[in-house]
Amino acid sequence: MSLLIGTFTIGFILSLLALGVFISFRIFAFPDITADGSITLGACVAAILLVHGVTPPLASVAAFLAGMLAGACTGTLHTRFKINSLLSGILVMTALYSINLHIMGKSNVPLLSVNTLATQSERIGVKLMRGATRFNLAGWDVSVRDASVLGAIVLAVVLTGGLLYWFLRTNLGMAMRATGDNVQMIRALGVNDGNMIIFGLAISNGLVALSGALLAQYQGFADVGMGIGMVVWGLASVIIGEALTGTNQLGMTIIGAVMGSLLFRLLVAVALRWGLSPNDLKLITAAFVFCALIVPQFLRKGRQRSAHA
Amino acid sequence: MLEVQSVSKTFNAGTPNEVRSLRGVDLQMAAGSWVIIIGTNGSGKSTLLNAVAGTFPVDEGKIRLAGRDVTRWPEHARADLIGRVFQNPFSGTSPSLTIQENLSLAALRGRARGLGWGLKGSLVARMRDEVARLNMGLEDRLHNAIGSLSGGQRQALTLLMATWLRPELLLLDEHTAALDPKSADLVIELTERVIAHDELTTLMVTHSMHQAASLGDRLIMMHRGQIIHDFQGAEKRRLRPDDLLARFEEVRRAEQLDESAAQMLVENYV
Repeated sequence: MSLLIGTFTIGFILSLLALGVFISFRIFAFPDITADGSITLGACVAAILLVHGVTPPLASVAAFLAGMLAGACTGTLHTRFKINSLLSGILVMTALYSINLHIMGKSNVPLLSVNTLATQSERIGVKLMRGATRFNLAGWDVSVRDASVLGAIVLAVVLTGGLLYWFLRTNLGMAMRATGDNVQMIRALGVNDGNMIIFGLAISNGLVALSGALLAQYQGFADVGMGIGMVVWGLASVIIGEALTGTNQLGMTIIGAVMGSLLFRLLVAVALRWGLSPNDLKLITAAFVFCALIVPQFLRKGRQRSAHA
Repeated sequence: MLEVQSVSKTFNAGTPNEVRSLRGVDLQMAAGSWVIIIGTNGSGKSTLLNAVAGTFPVDEGKIRLAGRDVTRWPEHARADLIGRVFQNPFSGTSPSLTIQENLSLAALRGRARGLGWGLKGSLVARMRDEVARLNMGLEDRLHNAIGSLSGGQRQALTLLMATWLRPELLLLDEHTAALDPKSADLVIELTERVIAHDELTTLMVTHSMHQAASLGDRLIMMHRGQIIHDFQGAEKRRLRPDDLLARFEEVRRAEQLDESAAQMLVENYV
């Protein structure tokens, strides 16, 4: 049971990464590799602030802001200096590797002895359960610690998702969505599309960094290598979410990204339990995204062929 | 209202693909006038429209609009003064956004966009009225994504969006060329109604000799990046499609004459 709860907790934490990737890849059609660096950046910033005694919520907000800055850099490289979108992300991601090492001062910062969002929510959970450390949920024996951490992260994801949904329906948010959809139109309506891309990537990477900050606090350490392959992970979640919801309505796509992240994490957990070597995880993830990208093409071709027959 | 002063634009300058699209074009438009531009392919008529809209910076010359020198303004800054409808019906709307979201974007053309709610009740109520007036049955489909509509419907909505806030200048770039005849008639009817009702200043490029003869109060004919004819007042009102075709034929003959004369010179003297 605690394994399942742990799986869902990480799934929800990484759903923020999925939302970030959803903004860059789907709303702006911008293949933003920065996320690999900004998820680590979020973890590093949060970790080092926590070690220095900053309160966990404040450290998480700082991580979000640091991620925004990284995203804004990528956006600026692309829009102001006309650097190819993929290359802009690669440049910032590479630079972030050194920056992350500088922030932490070493390649790994443990958080086992400091106050984090996980320990805070655990304390609140224990208080609510009047001191009990385990409770019975529909026949399952559940640890209060695991459940309260999951509860806190669900709350955080619901809040963030709701906020994102609201934002994308404000005047500014709609202008951002239209920028990814039709640049010619949005310029003709007086929107500076370059600014929209910079701002959009800032929000995207802010969410990714927040996801990294929460992940570091949950797993109890920040590591300079934790971001490798995370863009592909987020993309896999978004693709699964689209398959699950099968619509392009805004609210449903946001819920879909969260659901996709949960399901993908669950699939990974099952695969690992069945004996998949953790070393092969990124290979399998990449292969999965590859399949998810080409299968629709084959389906379309197959459908055309049967239509001609 | 609009003053285009000796504007020139060369694309791919210094390369074998060099195209001198505009060669010192002068055009003065009075407020409330409706100027039609016709011309052969590559004559520079769309380029002139794009130069006014600010799609690219011009090489030489000045563009003044509503008393302001906009020559150096970027495209998005000019949008405050200009409403546009493009030739491609897909260019003027955002396909994955709904009809009402597209209209709400247009309701802030050229203005600052903040965190205000995009779809206020009063705005949506006005959308219903205005969209109902298009007679396309779209007023009950405001929640549908625009990408699901036909080209004619999208072009009608683009026109509504371009004129939602009264623009100082309306630019129409062959906005019916990609539509079927019935939709084209509908959009033209709508265009006439909107321009008359809001007393708009309009610059319109068209391929259709029929539209060129029947619409507008002034007609400009372009050829090779220059204005070669300018019909105004009574002269414009007398124009028939056949007259315009005859003018095109004249241009074509003059061109052939030029070319054959040049060839003769080359053969005999070089």
